[in-house]
Amino acid sequence: MSELRFTEDHEWLRSEADGSVTVGITAFAQNALGDVVYVQLPELQRYEQGAEASTVESVKAASGVYMPLTGEVVAVNDQLEGNPELVNEDPLGEGWFFRFIPADAGAVAQLLDQDAYDRLIKANADA
Amino acid sequence: MSTETLLKTPLHALHLELGARMVPFAGYDMPVQYPLGVMKEHLHSREQAGLFDVSHMGQIRLSGAGAAKALESLVPVDIIDLPVGMQRYAMFTNEHGGILDDLMVANLGNNELFLVVNAACKEQDLAHLRKHIGDQCQIQPLFEERALLALQGPAAVKVLERLAPEVAKMTFMQFQPVQLLGSDCFVSRSGYTGEDGFEISVPAENAEALARRLLAEAEVAAIGLGARDSLRLEAGLCLYGHDMNSQTTPIEASLLWAISKVRRADGERAGGFPGAEAIFAQQQSGVARKRVGLLPQERTPVREGAEIVDEAGTVIGSVCSGGFGPSLNAPVAMGYLDAAHIALETPLWAIVRGKRVAMKVSKMPFVAQRYYRG
Repeated sequence: MSELRFTEDHEWLRSEADGSVTVGITAFAQNALGDVVYVQLPELQRYEQGAEASTVESVKAASGVYMPLTGEVVAVNDQLEGNPELVNEDPLGEGWFFRFIPADAGAVAQLLDQDAYDRLIKANADA
Repeated sequence: MSTETLLKTPLHALHLELGARMVPFAGYDMPVQYPLGVMKEHLHSREQAGLFDVSHMGQIRLSGAGAAKALESLVPVDIIDLPVGMQRYAMFTNEHGGILDDLMVANLGNNELFLVVNAACKEQDLAHLRKHIGDQCQIQPLFEERALLALQGPAAVKVLERLAPEVAKMTFMQFQPVQLLGSDCFVSRSGYTGEDGFEISVPAENAEALARRLLAEAEVAAIGLGARDSLRLEAGLCLYGHDMNSQTTPIEASLLWAISKVRRADGERAGGFPGAEAIFAQQQSGVARKRVGLLPQERTPVREGAEIVDEAGTVIGSVCSGGFGPSLNAPVAMGYLDAAHIALETPLWAIVRGKRVAMKVSKMPFVAQRYYRG
């Protein structure tokens, strides 16, 4: 398992051996959302960077999950349809959202690394 | 709005100590949830007992020989014959029949009435009372001096009777003075969850000790505004400012049941409240739109503001409250619909993020009410 990368929208990305990239939301994000009751998963299609590919609904509100990089979604986590609480219980594991093939394979490495993301969280907490 | 400008209830420090996530609500810094989370807080309230801080709500005492008659001039409800020790649901109407606020009215005896009004409306309600009936009775706001706690759920009675055995004999909507931990409280057997339970008006300086004592009981958990909203929604109860407002009448809001028989067009004390003619006319000839229950047929929550369309795609209404019902384990909603579409089981669709979500008009409450009627 390669190291995780992150976005400022509190999504994590992990490059897989087959060239795809797995996307989910971070522990910080699931904690902020509260109990997740529904996940609208993306279609198996190309999305531009920043497009709202998926939506996560907590008891409190709906939040968009944005495409972290331009690419084609090739798999979604069907388990979330029946068990959306996996997003809360195991956000970095069983609670993943989708896998995509990035248009630019090198772009993932440009995103925030763990240290940079941790600093972002700390800055949010201090704000 | 920064937290410095927000008001604090007497339990504010306790909420922080309990690890609550605080949000601004009606000008107050209030707990939306505790570490337990909205889902578990909701379920705990239906299975055991939940303690809610609702001290942001406005408590007002009316007194004087003319108080009941005076209040009747502002609400379509029988106040004159409200028995001592009973509470009743009411609403302030405007001259068009629109709802200015909804409230609870209790008769304390000795020509005293005890009102509980919504937090966001309390200053406006106080001004309304002073303007219209200020010369007919004494009006005493208790906004700073009294806190309000709600203890809700099937275990609420066995918890509260440990402090005051007499509360076990109370039935739904009874209201009486009760000593709790040596403090002069008013207890009503009512609430906003659909469950059996109590609302407790307590002097502000004694509120934290009472809350701590109740939370020390094994059955009781602290519950935030998030679960309060999902509980009341499942119970089909209206939230002022969302499910009704000054533009909606009690008929449109499906609250005809709350208009007392004696105050209706054919009653002994017919009318005599603002907007009576408009409300009676609607009762007679019907309304163009009405509040109904809505059950989404998919797992997608359908939230406030979502448009509702018929099969042809014509907009026929919108959602006024919507979310996820943890006890139903499904989404629930209420909305205003054109009167042609309000029959139970009518299929219709909400537009959520540009897509249709199938819904059905449904009876309310969505979960069985479990009030204790003796």
